[in-house]
Amino acid sequence: MSASDRSADVIVIGGGIHGCSTALHCAMRGLSVILIEKDHAGRHASGVNAGGVRQLARHVAEIPLSNTSMALWHRITDLVDDDCGFTCDGQVLVAEDDEDLGNCRARVDDLTLRGFHHEELIDAAELRRLVPAVSDSCPGGVVSRRDGAAIPLRATQAFKRKAVALGADIREGVRVTRVARDGANWRVETDHGAFLSPRIVNAAGAWADRIAADLAEPVPLEVIAPMLMITARMPAFIKPVVILRKRKLSFKQFENGTVLIGGGYLGRAIRAENRTVLDWGKLATNAKTVWDLFPIMRAAPILRAWAGIEARMPDDLPVFGRSAKHEGVYHQFGFSAHGFQLGPGAGAVMAEIIATGSSNVPIDGLGIARFAPSAQP
Amino acid sequence: MNTLREIGQLAEHYDIAIVGAGPAGLSAAASAAELGLSVLLADENPAPGGQIYRAITTTPVADKCVLGEDYWKGGALVTRLERTAAAYAPGCTVWSVAPDETGGFELGLSLGGQARLVSAGQIILATGAQERPFPIPGWTLPGVMTAGAAQIALKSSGLVPSGRTVIAGCGPLLYLLAGQLAAAGANIVAVLDTTPRRNWLFALASLPDFLLSPYLAKGLKLMLQARRKLPFRTGVTALAAEGTDKVTSISVTHGGRTETIACDALLLHQGVIPGINLSNAAGCAQHFDAVQHCWTPTVDDWFASSIPGIAIAGDGAGIGGAESAALRGEIAALDAACRLGRISEAQRNAKAAPTQAELARSLRGRRFLDLLYRPAETFLAPPVDETIVCRCEEVTAGQIRDTASRLGVTGPNQMKAFLRCGMGPCQGRLCGPTVVELIAQAHKVSPAEVGYYRLRPPVKPITLGELAALPPTEAAVKAVVR
Amino acid sequence: MFRPMHELKAADALGFTLDGRAMTARAGDTVAAALLANGVEACRQTPVSGAPRGPYCMMGICFECLVVIDGVGNRQGCLIPLQQGMRIETQAGRRQPDAVRA
Repeated sequence: MSASDRSADVIVIGGGIHGCSTALHCAMRGLSVILIEKDHAGRHASGVNAGGVRQLARHVAEIPLSNTSMALWHRITDLVDDDCGFTCDGQVLVAEDDEDLGNCRARVDDLTLRGFHHEELIDAAELRRLVPAVSDSCPGGVVSRRDGAAIPLRATQAFKRKAVALGADIREGVRVTRVARDGANWRVETDHGAFLSPRIVNAAGAWADRIAADLAEPVPLEVIAPMLMITARMPAFIKPVVILRKRKLSFKQFENGTVLIGGGYLGRAIRAENRTVLDWGKLATNAKTVWDLFPIMRAAPILRAWAGIEARMPDDLPVFGRSAKHEGVYHQFGFSAHGFQLGPGAGAVMAEIIATGSSNVPIDGLGIARFAPSAQP
Repeated sequence: MNTLREIGQLAEHYDIAIVGAGPAGLSAAASAAELGLSVLLADENPAPGGQIYRAITTTPVADKCVLGEDYWKGGALVTRLERTAAAYAPGCTVWSVAPDETGGFELGLSLGGQARLVSAGQIILATGAQERPFPIPGWTLPGVMTAGAAQIALKSSGLVPSGRTVIAGCGPLLYLLAGQLAAAGANIVAVLDTTPRRNWLFALASLPDFLLSPYLAKGLKLMLQARRKLPFRTGVTALAAEGTDKVTSISVTHGGRTETIACDALLLHQGVIPGINLSNAAGCAQHFDAVQHCWTPTVDDWFASSIPGIAIAGDGAGIGGAESAALRGEIAALDAACRLGRISEAQRNAKAAPTQAELARSLRGRRFLDLLYRPAETFLAPPVDETIVCRCEEVTAGQIRDTASRLGVTGPNQMKAFLRCGMGPCQGRLCGPTVVELIAQAHKVSPAEVGYYRLRPPVKPITLGELAALPPTEAAVKAVVR
Repeated sequence: MFRPMHELKAADALGFTLDGRAMTARAGDTVAAALLANGVEACRQTPVSGAPRGPYCMMGICFECLVVIDGVGNRQGCLIPLQQGMRIETQAGRRQPDAVRA
């Protein structure tokens, strides 16, 4: 293998939707890219998540990045030559009682003051119009109309394929063992030899803390396994994705009729073995929520349940941006079970920062410095 | 034996839980119970026997010659279990097996429309075999069934195909079934043998061993009887079931000639493969067995899987037939008792020795049969694009080929994301091997390199209502109280 | 397409309906076997294309024999013993999910 096969302008570690998107956007900017993935693109969180393309109910620190991403989702076919199964039927947060609705109102008011208008308070009548099957007791909620859903593995692979088409070198089945300084370069050692680049992006998801530790920027990353389940094909009865505030639920019917049920109940992650173990007791609670909210679902057959291996940060916000310590190191991980929607936009912003040194999209509050020992109270 | 008819009758915990009441499960359960272990034997069917001894205690087929003397041997396995204290739950589906946090296992079960979690110290999966998918054009038409399905209808209900019946495929079971159906009075208008002629070349090296095997006499007798009595066509290279709402004829190509045979029923069979859904979903390692040409859970000499505490006995860990299955169940149960500390390793070895010797004898000649009856490539990876491969999601061979080559999809798990093959209720049981074969062909690699579906629990569907009503386990209740 | 080898004795007979049509089968039969014994070939239409399907494996793995039993859809006919008076319906496409009410 020649030296040029082993070096590039940018090395991206991790082939999730974030790594693939960053690789694609770097390639679009004319940078040479090597992406290193220990399994295959989208093997973990990016391939097995709920596929929600959601701006609804996001932390304000993420909203600018999420806005950038949503614009890309709405022209996803132009970007990656595949529609990624993206559909836009909105996402609805259902208020289960009046107190819940009061909190919804406060949230929407707060966003309005900050200049964000994607969330809209809805009354019982509009809720019923959007989600006819919802239980009669729910008084209203919030809708984000440009939200939707996509097919996670298909989307991640589409980003990978387009990146390859534009010249990115994607190495699947290659595991990074160590990252270290090597003169002006970063040396990325793997089980298939070493790679060199002046710039590296740590997009290693649930494994990103190991890369960060090599770089002396340890992070309190928690490895989690959010569980999902899916039903047999049902008659179409709901268009938007439904989420709750008080109880955990994310509920989505695909065009093919299958219904995806999630909400963030956690199984057990066995990171070293790429394996997860489900917690049926929690899935039963999840099913009970659906039983209460959507009576028509009660005899639906559950065909599969699974969990992906993801990274969660203590504040549920990603680590995104330049390293606090090193020139040429960028972090893009810790999306805390809501990173899928951010993938396209985060890759674009990251490539912009790498190529130009900055971006107009504010990413304040997402830097790795917040976990530095000196930053702790 | 204590037969459990309601989910509430199950205990919270068993020393050992055995899934499947075929020969392996029956003898494992009896053996474990005789050693004093508390045993749960859970089985989906209404009565014990598995598929090979299906309905052994309830069959309405009175004439013993119809099903043959081998079938009736199954009765002894049930009689042995009946004398023990084992708990037997018929009509009970095990939809999940997973390690718990105490070194034991949690089983998810459904019985009578109610689900429950129970725990067990050791698990023996005795989920047996299924027929290898046989994807030909028209195989989804009503009236087309597996040969095994017809055999089950015969054993459990005394039903015989009533019209013009065609049997197609290869393998010892095909001849057995043809003989049984003929004896039961079926009108078999053709037996279409797809055994590739060149298989003889590969199989001949294993012939000497086969000549010493218990299969020999039995197998030859079956085949000769079938050949003598029934209208055989050999060297079949293409098949297609035809009809609009049901099968009305079959088109068959042999010796370069294609003919159409009118029929009312078409029974397909090209061997059996391990049923791996539960072991795969539990996380047990598996490998591609090149001789049997199928994915097989990886087990050691005691039939222990890669997960300590889960053993896989019987045809579910590689096809060996009914007699070997019972022996393998026995050996796995001894090892489980040893792991539980009920018998020493020395006791286990001593007790197992004669069974192991008998097992070695019973497996003699297997390789010859595996090589001789390996299906032709054209019946493993259907060449006609329109052939449905995934019956649940109606995904065709052409779609899979195209996606494999055009989108560079290299594995079945990625294929799911594009085509939904394997995502219907059968969880890939009827398409998995074919999808793997088609991807392997498209990329010119072996099925071993392609891999298999990562299967997910519940391995059989449960309703949302069942899950929502899942009672908390004692352990979970304690955790909350604490 | 199937017939019983032995004549059905009255003492062994169970009555049931398929889409309202009265049928009888032998006690001990599964629902799928009972349908086959009554000459029924297709028991459902698929949710994807609406194509007719009938029992295929008879051992609980293919999910082709899904029927509606006493109002509950997606039941595997080959695993469920027939009961006197069962109301069986062919399953049309995507089964209405609201069959069971609390």
